[in-house]
Amino acid sequence: MSQLFSTATVVVSNSQGLHMRPANLLVTAAGKFASNVTIVREGQSVDCKSILGILTLGAVQGCQLDLRAEGPDANSAIETIVDLFQRGFDEPTE
Amino acid sequence: MKFSDFIATQALLPVLGSTTKESVIGELVDALVSSGNVQASDRDDIIRAIMKREELGSTGIGRGVAVPHTKHVGVSKLVGTVGVSQEGIDFDSLDGHNAELFFLLVSPPDRPGDHLRALENISRQLRNDTFCRFLKQSKTGDDITQLLNEADDNHFGS
Repeated sequence: MSQLFSTATVVVSNSQGLHMRPANLLVTAAGKFASNVTIVREGQSVDCKSILGILTLGAVQGCQLDLRAEGPDANSAIETIVDLFQRGFDEPTE
Repeated sequence: MKFSDFIATQALLPVLGSTTKESVIGELVDALVSSGNVQASDRDDIIRAIMKREELGSTGIGRGVAVPHTKHVGVSKLVGTVGVSQEGIDFDSLDGHNAELFFLLVSPPDRPGDHLRALENISRQLRNDTFCRFLKQSKTGDDITQLLNEADDNHFGS
């Protein structure tokens, strides 16, 4: 199977930041893909399939994050996760 | 943010008696009432709010850990407590396992940053197996306090 590599940069837009509910949505979304997905904030890299990992980012509104996916479905994984960020996890952005 | 910034050491519960999700939340909130961190008149409302939050998705995040929480106007600063259940309690956790370690948080409605920093600290420490093991082995409130202080001093790395 071919290994693809895909990246994107996103900004946390919802006012509550990456609290538990968005973190959960990210884990669920990333878990549907075979690719490894990581989120990087200022050099700190965490597994997008780990809720504890995501929570350690402490990412507040306005925070810029880099997404990286590696695996057979890397492109769709990044697309799906970027979409979640762009929708602000369907939470208020104020 | 350190544990000492938001954990009420007078409200720690090393030996939880509850066996259900709702009762353990009540037990933890009661501890915050007894320690003077939450007003008795807000007790029922806070428990209701936490249960309502649980309905949106369990805060049992796996590894035997649950972080029930809510925002409430009754507190002026973020406050929390820690409880340990040796038997474990069914908390509808994401990984299907019982929760043994509980971090209950009540935060003012307008301080999302503080809530995130508390979650950041809790999750960073919980990733460390030694920290989790010592917390499960705690017998007294003082044991937990000492462990949290050691975590604050970075004894468990990150």
